[in-house]
Amino acid sequence: MKPNVIGEILSIIPQERVLTDLADRYTFSYDASFGEYLPDVVVQPHTTEEISRLVKLANREIIPVYPRGSATSLSGGPLPVKGGMVLDMSRMNQKLEIDTENMLAIVSPGVLTADIHRQAEEAGLFYPPDPSSSHVSTIGGNLLENSSGPKGLKYGTTKEYVIGLEVVTPMGDVIRTGGKTVKNVTGYDLTRLIVGSEGTLGIVTEAILRLIPKPPSRKTLLAAFDRFEDSGYAITRILSSGILPAAMELMDQACIRAVENYQPSGLPVEAEALIIIEVDGHPAAVEEEIRRCEEICRGQGANTVTVARDEKERETIWKARKMVSPAITQMGPTKISEDATVPRSQIPAMMKRLRQIADKYRLNLVVFGHAGDGNLHPNIITDKRNEEEMKRVEDAVTEIFEAAVELGGTLSGEHGIGVLKAPYMEMELGPIGLDMMKKIKEAWDPNQILNPGKIFPEPGQTRVVLRQNES
Amino acid sequence: MSPSRNNPGQTERARKLFELTYEETNQCIQCGYCLPACPTYQSMGRESASPRGRIALVKMAAEGKLDITRDLAEPIDLCLGCRACETACPVGVPYGHILEETKQVLHESVARDPLNPQQPQHKGRERLKKAVLRHLFPYPKRLRIVGRMVYLYQKSGADRLATGVLPKISEPAARFAAALPRLESPSRRYNPGDVLPPVGPKKARVAFFNGCLMDAVMYRINRLTIELLRAVGCEVVIPETQTCCGALHAHQGMKEAAEQLARANIGAFERSESDFYINNAGGCGAMLIEYDQLLGKDPAWRERARDFVSKSRDISQVLDQFGPLPFKKEWNGTITYQDSCHLRHVQKVTEEPRRLLQSVPGATFVEMADSDRCCGSGGIYNLLHYDESMKILDDKMEKAADTCAETIVTTNPGCLLQMKLGVARKGMSQTRVLHLVEVLAEACGLT
Ligand SMILES: Cc1cc2nc3c(=O)[nH]c(=O)nc-3n(C[C@H](O)[C@H](O)[C@H](O)COP(=O)(O)OP(=O)(O)OC[C@H]3O[C@@H](n4cnc5c(N)ncnc54)[C@H](O)[C@@H]3O)c2cc1C
Ligand code: SF4
Ligand code: SF4
Repeated sequence: MKPNVIGEILSIIPQERVLTDLADRYTFSYDASFGEYLPDVVVQPHTTEEISRLVKLANREIIPVYPRGSATSLSGGPLPVKGGMVLDMSRMNQKLEIDTENMLAIVSPGVLTADIHRQAEEAGLFYPPDPSSSHVSTIGGNLLENSSGPKGLKYGTTKEYVIGLEVVTPMGDVIRTGGKTVKNVTGYDLTRLIVGSEGTLGIVTEAILRLIPKPPSRKTLLAAFDRFEDSGYAITRILSSGILPAAMELMDQACIRAVENYQPSGLPVEAEALIIIEVDGHPAAVEEEIRRCEEICRGQGANTVTVARDEKERETIWKARKMVSPAITQMGPTKISEDATVPRSQIPAMMKRLRQIADKYRLNLVVFGHAGDGNLHPNIITDKRNEEEMKRVEDAVTEIFEAAVELGGTLSGEHGIGVLKAPYMEMELGPIGLDMMKKIKEAWDPNQILNPGKIFPEPGQTRVVLRQNES
Repeated sequence: MSPSRNNPGQTERARKLFELTYEETNQCIQCGYCLPACPTYQSMGRESASPRGRIALVKMAAEGKLDITRDLAEPIDLCLGCRACETACPVGVPYGHILEETKQVLHESVARDPLNPQQPQHKGRERLKKAVLRHLFPYPKRLRIVGRMVYLYQKSGADRLATGVLPKISEPAARFAAALPRLESPSRRYNPGDVLPPVGPKKARVAFFNGCLMDAVMYRINRLTIELLRAVGCEVVIPETQTCCGALHAHQGMKEAAEQLARANIGAFERSESDFYINNAGGCGAMLIEYDQLLGKDPAWRERARDFVSKSRDISQVLDQFGPLPFKKEWNGTITYQDSCHLRHVQKVTEEPRRLLQSVPGATFVEMADSDRCCGSGGIYNLLHYDESMKILDDKMEKAADTCAETIVTTNPGCLLQMKLGVARKGMSQTRVLHLVEVLAEACGLT
């Protein structure tokens, strides 16, 4: 980057929000995935106007621009892989308005998702997307990754709740997409195009989110199965019986044992699978539905079924699920979290493939995830400093993606493509499918300045590389 | 470049940092879960002022990518050491340990390289810090003399100095002098070597840890602590030859000095032959319960340190265990509680102080928003980084004012002074800031 560019940036943004120290820049070189890329400068914009001017400057000087929220991405989304400028969007967090009359939230991109949850709740409303990182991730990051969590099964992912955006385009112009109405068919749906685009098509500077009434009641159960397959049948039986649970979470045996090992809480370590089911809605319906779920689980061979009688018991059940992440990190310093997703009828088949892959490459693999929507989280526990093992991890990851695609699924249910999964895009989309996406990118961003190096594979890139010396 | 134990690009200091911290910094999965918990990240708004950022910087400095003095010193210096990040971390990264080891290396760097031109400001602070830590805190008698001087100075009305002359010398110091609690006559204090009988049947023999700052300028709180202990049936010994806990030293990278103090204290308390070792300052207590980590590599002391830790208690734990307290008076008004970070995040004591306050007859207890968040005091952080600290404090006082409580309670001398200063800054003249022990003693009719 030319030295006079910093001078120009300083004419747009006051000095205290332009970081050029080596230490500061290094702290913007990572996210929650892999790799380390040092940016030339980090800018902390507060207004749309500032961003628009910065992006115009970047186009003139051909400087890569990398928007970044809280950098909790698990796929490398905000990594400045080609250097240049990081836009720290987390400081643009001034606006969080709840419009109760229209049941909307109007938010700045740097607002933390959990703050939206809380303020909506205080107004008797509900913003359903619930990634487990919601107390730290920004709504901007959630939008651009189209994040979701357990509630995705019943309520859908982030994209169902975004109805309008203000966006700075890759050329630096400011546009508004959608609006304040839930119904809107005026032209192409650019809102949906931007949501999930991982910061490659525009910088979101404001979002209008749809809220729904808060369900008045909920009930939760935990069921343990001796045979993994039975849990799969229970899940499909429940869903085909007309019940749509708010959440349906699955843990495999390796996972159960890890949790029990980490914090003994009486989980059945002999069980091959645990499922947690939560239903919500009208109190009478909820009672009836949880009873039906219990019946079905027992009918499908559940060894034990526990229905929470109060909020405290409900929390105990969910705690088992929340413990999974910390528990498995005790098994090794590096955790590779994948989120390959398959049609739900294929869950048992996918589980079998995962076990075979783990055995073949002699890896420590645990599986948990959102069973209701087929969104599994196979996690490989390893040590990134062990080069030989990392090589095997790379092979295993490649096979996991192949298995998911073969079973009619997708590379990523919620964590995004970023850098890590870019090499596999063609495998899922085919050459033409990928090319159509590239054309969109080229039309929007002719100078390739916005988040370059993401989603699309670099020439010759065909597989994931996790080893430090190879990147 | 692959990091390793003998990378030619690494300096000797980087290698030392690598040895001391690399395993631990590598435990961080960079999930960011600690970001919302960190007061300096909230107030300064940049990643280098966050736990995730600091850990990454230590790791990179150990790999030789950053210079320890030029790049690492400032972000590390600006950490409060409140350790809220440890409570928030889902994978248990030992941040406090990383911080102390890093400070150790930094301290050695500055010591060895006194003419390092890069950080003049940093150097000035270092000098002030070291002089105080070396020559004052290890000597309870010298501190007591300071305490007596403060008493005389307040009594003579000379504390108007705090608004007159002192600010010209050091504004932060003057602000804190003005916030100091009024001292009582030194003739009422208990002395090392004293053994005080319980009121009623004896339930336990406990040894009381004086603490330097508490002993020097807040000895009324110490006296009341002892009287409350006696009131719930404890025989109280004040071990002779006890000394500073070493927390300030450890936090400033003077690990050897801290180890020496730890050994002296372990010896002093063993000789008291007590069931529990009681302290009433969150910051000291946190240091005391980590003596086993501090001396973990010393085979001659490891076991003794473990035993010491297993007997150490915060005053609130013992009063909660041996209570109920013999309350005599109705409290009038609302009380709120500000956690001492080191009591909460290191000693993990959160419920006992609240339970005790809720048990005070007549008092209404309200929880303050973000009561688990640091007030910006951070040992001597507020003296070294006055502006950063005041930003955090002013935010805290907003939350305190929202509770409409007439009394703010805390459990650590540093927090107590800081909150008093905060009340003064916000002009909350009718609000009292008290140590937990003062509230309980007042309700028990002890004066
Ligand atoms: C422990 C842990 C648990 C997680 N659990 C879940 C989960 O349950 N479900 C789930 O879906 N994800 C989960 N994630 C992944 C991650 O939290 C989400 O992807 C989240 O949405 C990222 O938000 P962020 O603010 O950290 O964004 P970042 O990681 O900083 O950025 C994400 C992407 O968005 C872009 N971006 C950010 N802000 C803007 C903006 N304003 N305009 C344009 N582009 C922008 C970036 O360039 C990047 O491509 C988890 C991560 C961790 C570490
Ligand atoms: S100790 Fe406190 S100030 Fe320091 S990084 Fe942790 S949370 Fe932040
Ligand atoms: S919460 Fe723990 S693991 Fe996560 S970034 Fe902070 S220190 Fe690292």
